[in-house]
Amino acid sequence: MSEAIISLQDVSFRYEEHMVLQDVSLTIHEQEFLGIVGPNGSGKSTLLKIILGLLVPQKGQVRVFGSSPFEARLRIGYVPQFATFDRNFPISVRETVLQGRLGKTRLIGGYRRADHQLAQQALEEVELADLANRPLTALSGGQLQRVLIARALACQPEVLILDEPTAHIDPKVEEGVFELLKRLNQRLTILVVSHDIGFISRYITRVACLNRTLVCHATAEITGEMIEQLYGAPLRAVRHDTILHTH
Amino acid sequence: MNTLLEALVSQPFMQNALLGGLLASVACGVAGSYVVVRRIGYIAGGIAHAVLGGMGLAYFLGRSPFGGAIVAALVAALIIGWVSIRWKKQEDTTISALWAVGMAVGVLLIARTPGYNVDLMSYLFGNILMIPQGHLTLIFWLDVGIVLLVLLFFKQLLVVSFDEEFARLRQVSVDFFSMLLLCLVALTVVILIQVVGLILVIALLALPAAIAGQFVHSLSRMMLVATVLGACFTTGGLAVSYQYDLPSGATTVLLTGLAYLASSIGVCLWRWWQVRQATEA
Repeated sequence: MSEAIISLQDVSFRYEEHMVLQDVSLTIHEQEFLGIVGPNGSGKSTLLKIILGLLVPQKGQVRVFGSSPFEARLRIGYVPQFATFDRNFPISVRETVLQGRLGKTRLIGGYRRADHQLAQQALEEVELADLANRPLTALSGGQLQRVLIARALACQPEVLILDEPTAHIDPKVEEGVFELLKRLNQRLTILVVSHDIGFISRYITRVACLNRTLVCHATAEITGEMIEQLYGAPLRAVRHDTILHTH
Repeated sequence: MNTLLEALVSQPFMQNALLGGLLASVACGVAGSYVVVRRIGYIAGGIAHAVLGGMGLAYFLGRSPFGGAIVAALVAALIIGWVSIRWKKQEDTTISALWAVGMAVGVLLIARTPGYNVDLMSYLFGNILMIPQGHLTLIFWLDVGIVLLVLLFFKQLLVVSFDEEFARLRQVSVDFFSMLLLCLVALTVVILIQVVGLILVIALLALPAAIAGQFVHSLSRMMLVATVLGACFTTGGLAVSYQYDLPSGATTVLLTGLAYLASSIGVCLWRWWQVRQATEA
């Protein structure tokens, strides 16, 4: 097995009295394309925030690249849920993508020439180079999603972490985004969080089903009937807390 | 306008007033843009009112009210910044408390100050015609400081305003830059108090940048346009108030408000017309 990039051991997290994650163990290896699926409120975002070091679990151990999540931050490219963005913020595509260089560029003054080149490369990789000077307000949902992916690529990351990359965009665009991720997976480890298992399973190598606790499947195991079952799972899981343990 | 020109040539206090307005518009455009994009108008309002406490204390102790205003504004900004980092849920209450308590302290101390009573109205509603030469120099250096800090840390201030979480992940010190931003706003508030007074400050801080935001789509251009607009409004306000013998601060703010209204209506009509054109075609 290739090197473990992210590893969680018996991680539990609670918000006050509410247990969000319980004894979650997960190892993500180099070159993997892992999907984490689960219904709303299943702890997906919390899990991501723990991996990113934005939240510290009350119990368990988290290692990213063999060090603490905080120390590993600059090696991760993070793509947040784009639906939460203020679409009217006065900023251009280029300025947004350049933000990926923060932490690696100089502290004082503007960005370096090398930063601009990396931002340009990232924009070319997501096929948005010709929109570089457009304001963010002028973009469609799918384009904005690509800009945020470009920003994460400008970090020169070793892992790409995406939170619900296809929520609120139409299926045609969604397919484009996953094709792009598949291409990026040739050189990057990718972790995607989604509530939409049916679509995601065509692209990922392994899927982790999360609903407070976590169960992993190789996607090779998941065919036909299984996808049906998984796809239905989030809906039923709201009512039956244990449904994810049954398959 | 002729009257203003004549007055400018013959009256040194008018020259000071004009210069004061122009200098203030620089800080107003730069810091005002952050106030608009970060939506921290309420924080700016709180700082502005808390400033009266500092002015009152300085006045009571026989010191310069301007100095007291700077100290009070920075202290208020740091308290609000600190509370919003540590106890986000208490931010709103803290601002309300600083807002009113600052005013109360100011009013009490000014009332208790022995001797000739200061014109409280000029603190509250501004009196640009009385702006002393020394304040102009101070405003100039505050402008220089504000612009310099923004130039040096533009990218950090931008990302902190746009996407705090991402900034944190890139190891940008979000708390530090949020505090810095509030301090810049605080200094701008002090400058603008000279022009329109602390009650009306919020209009000059938010509206020029808000108008600019309706037409340009980058933060730096927003700052430039807001600065130019601020200069137009302070100069225009001065001219109108001089011509018709009106209070200058209120006139300036009214002019700014009308411009904002006109611009908003204009933008709405333009969008409506575009949609109509598109549906007809």
